[in-house]
Amino acid sequence: MTTTLKPENAGQVRDAIAWAVAQETPLEVLGGGSKRAIGRPGNAGHTLDLSALRGITLYEAEELVLSAGPGTPIAEIDAALGEFNQELAFEPPDYGPLLGQAAGAGTLGGVIAANLAGPRRIKAGAARDHFLGFAAVSGRGEAFKSGGRVVKNVTGYDLCKVLAGSWGTLGAMTQVTVKVLPAAPKLRTVLILGCDGHQATAAMTGALQSPYEVSGAAFLPAASAARSGVDYVCRAAASVIAIRIEGPDQSVEYRCAALRAALAEFGPTEELHGHNSAAFWREVRDVLPFAGDTRIVWKISVPPSDGARVADSLDGDAFLDWGGGLIWLAVDAADGAHQAVRTAIAGCGGHATLIRAPAELRAAIAVFQPEEPGLARLSAGLKASFDPRGVLNPGRIYAGV
Amino acid sequence: MEMPKPDQSVIARRRDIAAALSRIVPGEGVIVDKDALRPYESDGLTAYRTLPLIVVLPESTEQVSAVLRYCHENAVKVVPRGAGTSLSGGALPLADGIILGLGKFKRILDIDYPNRCAVVQPGVTNLGISDAVRESGFYYAPDPSSQIACTIGGNIAENSGGVHSLKYGLTTNNVLGLEIVLIDGSIVRIGGKHLDSGGYDMLGLMTGSEGLLGVITEVTVRLLRAPETARALLIGFPSNEAAGECVAGVIAAGIIPGGMEMMDRPAIAAAEAFVKAGYPLDVEALLIVELDGPQSEVEYLIGEVERIARDKGAMSLRISQNEAERQNFWAGRKAAFPAIGRISPDYYCMDGTIPRHQLPVVLRAMAELSDQYGLRVANVFHAGDGNLHPLILYDANAPGELEKAEAFGSDILKLCVKVGGVLTGEHGVGVEKRDLMGVMFTKDDLDQQQRVKCVFDPNSLLNPGKVFPELHRCAELGRVHIHRGQTRFPDIPRF
Repeated sequence: MTTTLKPENAGQVRDAIAWAVAQETPLEVLGGGSKRAIGRPGNAGHTLDLSALRGITLYEAEELVLSAGPGTPIAEIDAALGEFNQELAFEPPDYGPLLGQAAGAGTLGGVIAANLAGPRRIKAGAARDHFLGFAAVSGRGEAFKSGGRVVKNVTGYDLCKVLAGSWGTLGAMTQVTVKVLPAAPKLRTVLILGCDGHQATAAMTGALQSPYEVSGAAFLPAASAARSGVDYVCRAAASVIAIRIEGPDQSVEYRCAALRAALAEFGPTEELHGHNSAAFWREVRDVLPFAGDTRIVWKISVPPSDGARVADSLDGDAFLDWGGGLIWLAVDAADGAHQAVRTAIAGCGGHATLIRAPAELRAAIAVFQPEEPGLARLSAGLKASFDPRGVLNPGRIYAGV
Repeated sequence: MEMPKPDQSVIARRRDIAAALSRIVPGEGVIVDKDALRPYESDGLTAYRTLPLIVVLPESTEQVSAVLRYCHENAVKVVPRGAGTSLSGGALPLADGIILGLGKFKRILDIDYPNRCAVVQPGVTNLGISDAVRESGFYYAPDPSSQIACTIGGNIAENSGGVHSLKYGLTTNNVLGLEIVLIDGSIVRIGGKHLDSGGYDMLGLMTGSEGLLGVITEVTVRLLRAPETARALLIGFPSNEAAGECVAGVIAAGIIPGGMEMMDRPAIAAAEAFVKAGYPLDVEALLIVELDGPQSEVEYLIGEVERIARDKGAMSLRISQNEAERQNFWAGRKAAFPAIGRISPDYYCMDGTIPRHQLPVVLRAMAELSDQYGLRVANVFHAGDGNLHPLILYDANAPGELEKAEAFGSDILKLCVKVGGVLTGEHGVGVEKRDLMGVMFTKDDLDQQQRVKCVFDPNSLLNPGKVFPELHRCAELGRVHIHRGQTRFPDIPRF
């Protein structure tokens, strides 16, 4: 029978992991459980539920820093930051609805452990870039920390980067410190309708090469645009290139006008204002065009100029974010089209991750991008250095890791 | 600070090692002559000097790989070196180790504007990258003050910052890919022109690893489009507290300036005497706030910062009206280190980071320490991100003054940690802050870091004696400790 251990403090996390080490029994490490269906399915005997390590312990708006327990819901953090017009600038996505669950279950620890980022990734970075410090318990049952509460810090190895994106396989975090930033007062989106992927790449590249500080560049082919909840976008019955501008009022107006002039060669342009803009980018961030069905969903990161070409070479529905550098692909194939996906990116470099698939498929094919042997040796070594007995989410990202 | 005792048996093999290395790197790529070794005896931390065993200057990744494989198989220590501008002794040689210089890796391999990145060799200078793309309107954002000389490979090793890191991030936020060679000679490629990686973030781990994990042979960096315009304010305050409040006020208003620098009275006086930038001499603290972006945004934000500064009691305030004036505002700040060099035979540059609001506390304590040690101190401060550079003035020829300056510096860094900050913001631990690591980290913290080192370099041949105060054997670090009591089910809420 599996038992869920729900520690209430760092000491109890340590006791739980030390016990698992002594028993040589693996633990499934969880925050809110919203991303539980991502990764290779595990066979952990017990669950280590960190959701009770919850709450903001430090928030100094003028210092741009926030510390909280890993189980703190993102919604709680957003609300606290909102009072001071601040935000997590990497736009933590909420894949709940994509994965057939309720929205709003994601936690700070979870979004960091998965190193997620929304459309603003191209300008503001991913979770890793905002992750300043942590306390954690390793798979040795030892409490350790790295980083701090200041932005500029090169004291020792940057283990924050290693824990970000480790999917709970190296340590169970007990405290997380992140950088927060002012939220832009104004937001607008420039839209161009009816372009193909090739034109969209040119338009997005032009926007990103401009000095107008674009904070989002996405391309939704007609099928994805039709699923938008934003009236103007879904009724367009055409593909949509979307370029986001954020900042102080007069700056946004100026940059929008300048971009519309610069992009006129691609067709007539339109603008989405604040409310619709926010709704649209939330849809892109949370992959909502693919929510509500059961197709296999891949997240593919490639050099931006290759995005449209790679997407076109694959069967299925795709839309682009990150100026073309991020492909969201939904396919019907029973095998998840995994060979086709891996082959498509082999020439240009990048990585593909299976985000939504039944457990049997996630057990059968590589969920994360397979690593070259040299890199794989380092990954296995890192895992062994943090978690030599393999008690923390073993096998979640790679077999044996 | 003591380095590990040189291994005499390696020194005895010097001639054989040189011969073997010459077979890998033919021609003038292997330096053994004492006079020719001399330029490599120290880096930017000139208080420490050691003549290396041999210097080798390979020209290709294959040569780097063969050199490292040879050193691995023959138990020869390796100190990687870029331009040698480290201020923490990161490239300090070892008497029983070779210097692996990357100075010949000077080529820019690919500039890719559609993907807004450049692929360069590690010996390209930081400024060299921006210079190569400036005409097209792009630049590489991190700008350490040594940017004319320091190399991008060294920037990766140290995770360098600069005055623009508040808005544009450190090196780690601006690197996309690396080619590294491990101590066993194997070549590993990490990342590329795409964002993020699928597995563990080796790119993030390598950045700031101070040459202890691998040797960098190729770098892919992000290029940013240069802002339309940049303007600066030069603001004088009657106290450090008032300047600190202005900085906090700017951030609280939701403004992230491109740069926000602060200088205290001694630093202002030294800089003004040196470059005559027109700095006010009757103020206690001077702020340079630079806003960059579209013209209309910059104009608006300049107004906002001016309003906040006046509200916080600014005594003087000038706004740059043209590019020459902006550059002039910066001239004094950028020359602050050499300016101090003019008024003191030697100076020791520190590099702690503190939570910004602790600045008045730290500066007051520093003034007391200055009296106590009888050494003057001037401060320049990356005010936006809390990174403090106290410059301790001393005379190396006066007996005991270097030791006194080091003790003063170490007290300052301990103070930084005590108020919630860290030992080093951008200069690295190196040998300089190695023995202070225990102030910030527990044994378990440091053991885990060293276990990471063991993954990459199990025999501790790459840059040993740096970063970690004690070197443990990897086998000892690898043991798992199981406590008997833990075999019982833990007393934790369960479901």
